[in-house]
Amino acid sequence: MSAREYRTSSYAQGGLLEVRNTPEVSFGDRVLIRDHMNRIRNGQVIKSSEGSVLIQVFEGTSDIDLESTWVRFLDEPFEISLSPELLGRVFNGIGQPKDGRPPIVSNLRRNISGTAINPAARTYPREFIQTGISTIDGLNSLVRGQKLPIFSASGLPHNRLAAQIVRQAKLVDEESHFSIVFAAMGVSYADARFFQEEFSNSGVLGNVVMYINLADDSPVERLALPRVALTAAEYLAFELDRHVLVVMTDMTNYAEALREVGTAKGDVPSRKGYPGYLYSDLAEIYERSGRIRDRHGSITLVPVVSMPSDDITHPIPDLTGYITEGQIVLSRELHNQGIYPPVHISPSLSRLMKDGIGKDDTREDHPRVANQLFALYARALETRNLASIIGADELSERDRRYLGFADEFDKRFVGQDEDEDRSIIETLNLAWELLSIFPKDALTRVKETDLAKYHHTGD
Amino acid sequence: MDKAMSEQNNRGIIREINGPIVTITLPGVRNGEQVKIGERGLYGEVITLRGDNAVVQAYESTEGVRPGEPAEALGWPLSVELGPGLLGSIFDGVQRPLEEIFEGHGDHIPRGLSLPALDREKSWHFVPEESLERGTHLESGIRLGTVQETETVEHRVLVPPDRAGELVELAPEGDYTLEDTIGRVRTPDGRTRKLKLYHRWPVRNARPYVKRDHGVAPLITGQRILDTFFPLLKGGKGAVPGPFGAGKTVVQQQIARWSNADIVIYVGCGERGNELVDILETFPTLQDPYSGRKLMERTLLVANTSNMPVVAREASIYVGMTMAEYYRDQGYDVVMLADSTSRWAEALREVSGRLGQMPVEEGYPAYLASRLAAVYERAGRVETGGCDKGSVTLIGAVSPPGGDFSEPVTAHTKEIIQTFWALSKELADARHYPAIDWTGSFSEHVSTAGKWWHKEIDPDWEARRGEALALLARDAELLRIVNLVGPEALSSAQRWELEGAALIKDGVLQQSALDEVDTFSSPEKQFLLLDMALTVYEKGAELIELGVPVQELTDLPLLAKARRAKQVYDSTQTEQLLELMEEFNQSFDKIRTEYAKFEEHAQ
Ligand SMILES: Nc1ncnc2c1ncn2[C@@H]1O[C@H](COP(=O)(O)OP(=O)(O)OP(=O)(O)O)[C@@H](O)[C@H]1O
Ligand SMILES: [Mg+2]
Repeated sequence: MSAREYRTSSYAQGGLLEVRNTPEVSFGDRVLIRDHMNRIRNGQVIKSSEGSVLIQVFEGTSDIDLESTWVRFLDEPFEISLSPELLGRVFNGIGQPKDGRPPIVSNLRRNISGTAINPAARTYPREFIQTGISTIDGLNSLVRGQKLPIFSASGLPHNRLAAQIVRQAKLVDEESHFSIVFAAMGVSYADARFFQEEFSNSGVLGNVVMYINLADDSPVERLALPRVALTAAEYLAFELDRHVLVVMTDMTNYAEALREVGTAKGDVPSRKGYPGYLYSDLAEIYERSGRIRDRHGSITLVPVVSMPSDDITHPIPDLTGYITEGQIVLSRELHNQGIYPPVHISPSLSRLMKDGIGKDDTREDHPRVANQLFALYARALETRNLASIIGADELSERDRRYLGFADEFDKRFVGQDEDEDRSIIETLNLAWELLSIFPKDALTRVKETDLAKYHHTGD
Repeated sequence: MDKAMSEQNNRGIIREINGPIVTITLPGVRNGEQVKIGERGLYGEVITLRGDNAVVQAYESTEGVRPGEPAEALGWPLSVELGPGLLGSIFDGVQRPLEEIFEGHGDHIPRGLSLPALDREKSWHFVPEESLERGTHLESGIRLGTVQETETVEHRVLVPPDRAGELVELAPEGDYTLEDTIGRVRTPDGRTRKLKLYHRWPVRNARPYVKRDHGVAPLITGQRILDTFFPLLKGGKGAVPGPFGAGKTVVQQQIARWSNADIVIYVGCGERGNELVDILETFPTLQDPYSGRKLMERTLLVANTSNMPVVAREASIYVGMTMAEYYRDQGYDVVMLADSTSRWAEALREVSGRLGQMPVEEGYPAYLASRLAAVYERAGRVETGGCDKGSVTLIGAVSPPGGDFSEPVTAHTKEIIQTFWALSKELADARHYPAIDWTGSFSEHVSTAGKWWHKEIDPDWEARRGEALALLARDAELLRIVNLVGPEALSSAQRWELEGAALIKDGVLQQSALDEVDTFSSPEKQFLLLDMALTVYEKGAELIELGVPVQELTDLPLLAKARRAKQVYDSTQTEQLLELMEEFNQSFDKIRTEYAKFEEHAQ
């Protein structure tokens, strides 16, 4: 059956192709499509009835005519081949080589949709990863196996930040045991190139697998790309025992592709036209990160999500935030003030921080210092707001101290150089310099023992 | 094919696969019936009948299923096993035991797996009820005997709802497995039926009880803003809505940890795998503050994480609820936590969308409100067949898109529940946890809870609570003024009000789940902290009335002490808290006398 080609296409639109008078085809199966120019396209069955099949065509359906399109059902699910040879290679969104080298050959093939990790098989991520970036290490610590997105917006330096994390993340220390999976969806050539150079400059290229779909590549291919990339990541982490850092950019392009295809399918839209299953769909991707009992490797996921019109309540960042274990939020305001990395700490969060920091992991005072800084900064921002209404001169002495703190904090704690790699102890010491702007009695979120040990006062 | 059909009439042929929705020609099948789909034997449930075709929702991914494959109707609706061995376990959304699946099948959940929820090998020591004799008429719910399920929980073996009748035989004390017969009854239809340590119950039907009763005692959670400000009764319905990261899960986990419930059922419905692991890894080591035993002994988890199939997500709430009702029937106070009901509602939406049903609001089907109400309606305090009182308290997290509380799930939930703990992004951003917004939250249980507080803790509870809320309301008003015209516009007394409100916020409302001491606050400690904050405020206000400059008061070191008290003294150290209060009183008296002297001098 698989050798037969069907020339019975009855409908083509928006990446979807319907074929009639088909054999009985499995839901999810691979399909090859040959168009009138003899070009081969790849597809997957997304609805299967007796006598008709709906196919999602990864290269899109433009320039297809129904008459002279041949469809072949491969009678196999969408799988990719896996081997250690993946490292150092570049592929497109469906796992075909993009670097001019031959495809991966291996007996080991895995379905790209994966299957859900049994929650009882997981183990809680708790190992601190030092990124050398104070706003992350000090206040929103990343741990091995966490999914922590960067919420950004057009024109903000999310790529530079992601690259800095990749460069400095101390998991890089364990030379042979780390890998990077880089998944780019709908990015510009310049951005893809930037990452490629970054990896090459820091000498890690041999440990990186790249999956690249550029802005002018087919959007439908973006739907497969993160799944292909994560299938590779799972293999590297859970079969080759590597600590894998997956950087995905940009999830917004992924979600838009999903909307495009969903609309073409006639799915009931929920908010802003995105299909109701966007949450579950994103979760199928993000939840593939983590740690598993009795396995040495891990998948740490750092997706970049750009917030359309800087709006954090837009469905894509919103649903992402509902799934991931926190978020690093970049701010246009800080960026415009020339502060790099422009991390706005208030809406940022790391939910897994609690078990990765403190006495045995970073330093005993760390959790309370973070808590205190967050509280002071929140109050300081309110004061800044007030000052902009009534003028700084009208403020009380106490309030002016908050203003001063906010400025120092932005400049010294948030701001750092792109190649500045601060140790967690440096970050915490810097935090105490800033906390010491305040008298001890104003710092009620830290312990008295912390104050005695770290507060810079004469007494 | 004809032969198979005529023989059993429960086999059919798959016609179409559309994601989790499978159309199967399956004549004679019932709505709600369980179906095994395709060669892989995936499990699903009939949701619509159209002529000879049944529309089936599959609990598992349908990848690889093709039209023409066979299907089989199983003859029963989605049911759960109820018996000893549930506690301490983790099940998936259709009650498959995840720990056993991990042991037998590895890291990922294979499809088409059918495993009994309860261990058939394990034997339990059954102690029959002495008073029962042959010939006694047994109503359903009557206690047949007990089994020690965990160190703390005695499992009461009851006559199942459909087995009322005359007792023919009851097994003597001894060790029995779940499949052993522990008794027989003659039901009114004249049949003799076996009794075992477990039975099955269809999850979409509420378990029967004798009559409903009203709630009398508050659920004590050890969380100040919940217990003291927005109490929920045992048997009540509560909701925790809030945007992502605001603290819904932490609130629910805190309740799972520290509440004075007998049994806790935690349903992770479309949320993170790691949050369940967190419970699995910590509860076996944490101590129940009431019994001193390990928390896991009274806890049971149902997990359909966000990456697990959507249809089982819809089922998971009913699966959890049925187990909750089962322990309620044994006379226990059960708390069921559902995180998040929004994901459950989205599962409804997804299925209805695939069925082409007309959406009414934001894609949700018209029956959203009634389904939601029906789920919450299964909570409550009841008189059980065994003449006991038992309760199910249901607390649902709600995850509104964009944090907008006017969206359908939050709006409908708000109409159903009695206690509403509204989480705010602003508070969470400022790391004021729990980020429960005191202006947007409410409880309809204050006066009933008050009776308990007045009797057990302090007759001033309701008054003090009211005073604190009034002070917080004035604070909000004053902050509005400050933001318009600056702090200079306020009088000294008003500035002191801001200080007092800040003390309530920092010293009472804010409570870190991560602080070893502060994570749990006994009712006594809760009241003392509240009383202390208010007393400091009142004493200060008196001094200001006398003319003491507000600056002098805001610089007092005792304010920092009052803020720290919650994490310095644990729930047993009420004496120390009283001493601290005395120390504060003396400080204020001292200022008063000094000030009086100073005034005299000046005159
Ligand atoms: N009472 C608390 N004490 C200390 N930290 C808290 C408290 N409540 C919330 N947090 C912090 O806020 C983070 C987010 O809380 P949580 O995971 O409960 O949010 P959520 O509302 O459930 O979010 P989502 O909808 O995305 O699941 C926690 O990881 C923790 O760091
Ligand atoms: Mg949550």
